[in-house]
Order: sequence, then structure tokens, then C-alpha cells
Amino acid sequence: VTEVRLPATLTPLFVALPRRLEVDATTVLDAFERLEARWPGLRDRLVEEGPALRRHLHVYVDGQRADLATPLGPDSRLDVVAAISGGCQN
Amino acid sequence: MPKTLLTIATRKGVFLLDSDDRRAWTLRGPFCEGWPVYHAIFDPRSGSIYAAAASEWHGSAVWRSRDLGSTWELSSEGLSYGDDAGRKVSKVSTLALAGDRLLAGVEAPGIFESRDGGETWSLLSTLSGQPGSEVWDDPGHQPPGHLGISGFVCDPADSERFFAVVQGVGAFETEDGGSTWMPRNRGLRRDWPAEWEEVGFCVHKLVRSADPRRLYQQNHVGVHRSDDGGRSWTEITEGLPSEFGFAAAAHPHDRDTAYVIPLDPGHGRLMPDGRATVWRTRDGGSSWEPLRRGLPQEAAHLGVLRQAMAIDDEDVPGVYVGTSTGQLFASADEGDTWSEIARYLPSISAVEVAVLA
Repeated sequence: VTEVRLPATLTPLFVALPRRLEVDATTVLDAFERLEARWPGLRDRLVEEGPALRRHLHVYVDGQRADLATPLGPDSRLDVVAAISGGCQN
Repeated sequence: MPKTLLTIATRKGVFLLDSDDRRAWTLRGPFCEGWPVYHAIFDPRSGSIYAAAASEWHGSAVWRSRDLGSTWELSSEGLSYGDDAGRKVSKVSTLALAGDRLLAGVEAPGIFESRDGGETWSLLSTLSGQPGSEVWDDPGHQPPGHLGISGFVCDPADSERFFAVVQGVGAFETEDGGSTWMPRNRGLRRDWPAEWEEVGFCVHKLVRSADPRRLYQQNHVGVHRSDDGGRSWTEITEGLPSEFGFAAAAHPHDRDTAYVIPLDPGHGRLMPDGRATVWRTRDGGSSWEPLRRGLPQEAAHLGVLRQAMAIDDEDVPGVYVGTSTGQLFASADEGDTWSEIARYLPSISAVEVAVLA
């Protein structure tokens, strides 16, 4: 089970969406799709055409910068962060 | 007494202003979680308010309120070019009602429609196949302000017929609900080399007058008038202090009366000389008069964007102007006198007005 932490900009957009929750998923994209099943429209707020992570969001798996394809382990933590600056991919 | 509702789209959400007499106004907002909103409209048939928005973090969506602003929800279901199209919806710029359809104009240029009041969307057209579109619609050729659909003009008598403006390219009209399109830019001036005869014009704002055949437009270079439904255009800039501006409005009952807000061209794009002025013609553009009573006349360095002037359809129409520094000016007498009805708002992208029964 992965512990997911969502940004404060996201939670007001969906009824009863908490900042922290748990999902059973194999990758970051899979986690977002499982959240989509519970909160329709949520995937679109995080993922753009491609599919690609929206440009000004960052994701971290167990503290490491990640992307949509990054695998999740049995006890991973997934942080989704609304970036306050552009940052650097590499 | 009818109630007047102003829907104000700003860089930080939607604001609403209500009035029973067009003099005392009540401000509500911000709504839409403070997302950048580019246009907001009221649908008199459903009673809904729709807002075109694009969050830097969470993408583009259209917000809707079914209860005049008390509660809001958003949707972008179907508001996408898909994973394989090679183009993205980076912003919803403008909205319009065409019969029972809600239209959304987006960047990269495309038109989406909703037939269920903004809950789901589908792609109507990208205007592909128009002259030069393989060049001007190439993402590598985007101008500084990006390229998108910047406005619609619908025909109240025929919901299958409407114009869409592509920023920096020109105006196009469909007569079959969006399946096929015709450029409508003949006679417009352009001060740059022409790559294509019928496109390559910088239409900032297109408006229809009380006479459906009479249109006005504020262009990057000049104000222009059409008397044949947009098939040909004549320049009517003479008498204005600048050929450049964004906003325009047409009187709902008199085809010869229209309004523009000339701005200094170049990077500043502010009202000339720090004097806030709306200009009005009463004779179809043969002459123009400055409207200044009640508008700030000293050190008022104000800009007004293309969707930020609106006019209501009362017998004596009210005119409304929102600035990019968050002031809102209103006139209840066709522009003769003005007052500031809101200040300290975020940068205003668009103003629309509806008169509620």
C-alpha cells in the first residue's frame, strides 16, 4: 500500500478528498488512475496529454524525484507537490 | 426592476457584481479557488454561470455554478486533444452560447463543445485546412501571446452560424455549426507582408451590432466596420488617438453606435497620456467622441484587455470596463458618465453582463 500526499491546491476541487490517503498501485500513473476511480476528474488535474505529468507538478517516490512510470513498492510514499518554481528535471 | 449581473474573470478567480439599479453594486468572490480565469458568462436559459480557466498546476477546465455563484464545480472531461495528437489544451480562453451548445475556444487553437451544460466536452474543430494552417498552427511558430481561439461571435437568429477569431491569424465563420469555415478578413489592413491573401490578420475583438449584417472590430492596426456580415471590411480609425486597442462593444439597439478603447501600441498598451477614455461613435465610425466624465484623468495608466468591455441590452444600455489593474468602471447612460464600481480586484481578463428578469 502506498501512502499518497496531495497538494493543498488539489483537495478543494473534489468532495471529501483528503490530503493524505492510501492506494494499492504499481506505478505513479496507476496510483492516479486508482484515485480517478474514486474522484472522477482527478487524473486530469495531475496528468496532461501524452500522458505526461503536468508541467508544474513534481512527484517524489520515497523522497526521490519521480515520474508517471516510476514503480511503487509495497510500502512506498508518494508525494505530489505543486512546484513554487520551475526547478530542474536533472 | 431587473437585476444586473456582471461576471468578472480575473487572474485570481471569478468575481460577481449584482445591482438592482446599475448604480449600487454588491461584490462577491473570489470564486473558482482563485484559478486564473479568462472569461466568464451567464447562460440565461439554464441560469448557469460558466468560467474558462487554466491553472498553472492543474490544467484547463470550465467551472460552472448552477446557483448564481453560491457553489461551483469544474470539469475538463473530454477537453483534451488526446494523447496522440501532438497538441495540448494549455488554456481555455473564451466561451459562448450557440443554441443549446456551450462553446469553448482554447489554446492550441481549437473549439470544444458541450451539450450537457459543461459536464462533458468534445472537440468540434481545429480549423485545420484553412489557408496556411500547416504553418500558423505549428507549435514551433507560436507568437509571444500564444495562439488560440480568442473570441466567438454568435448569431442569435441562427445557432449554426458563428465566428471564431484565431489570435494573430484572423476571423473565420461557419454556417454549418462548425464543420466548415470561411476566412472573413477581406479589406482589413495589415502592416506586414502577406503570406496568404485571406489570413494573417490580427483581429483583437469582433462584435456584432444591432443590425446582424453590421460588425465592428478592433484590430491590431485600426478599427474596422463591415456592413455585409463580415465578408468585407472598411477601416474607420480616423478620429481616434491610436489605431491600437483590444476591447470593443456595439450598442444593442443602434447599429451606428460602437465603443473602443484606444491604447498606446508597443509594449505598454495603456490608455494614452494617463487619461482613462472610452471612445464612442454615433455614426458608424465616421466620427468619434471621447467619453471621460467620471473616469480618472490624471496618472491613470490603465490597460483593458480584449474581453474586458461589455454592454447590456437595457433601453438605455450600460457599459462596463475592467482594467488589467483591477478597477471596474460602469456607465448607466451609454457611456456619457462613469463611476468606479470596484477596485483592488486582481487583473481583469474579461467582463460580461446579463440582465436577469
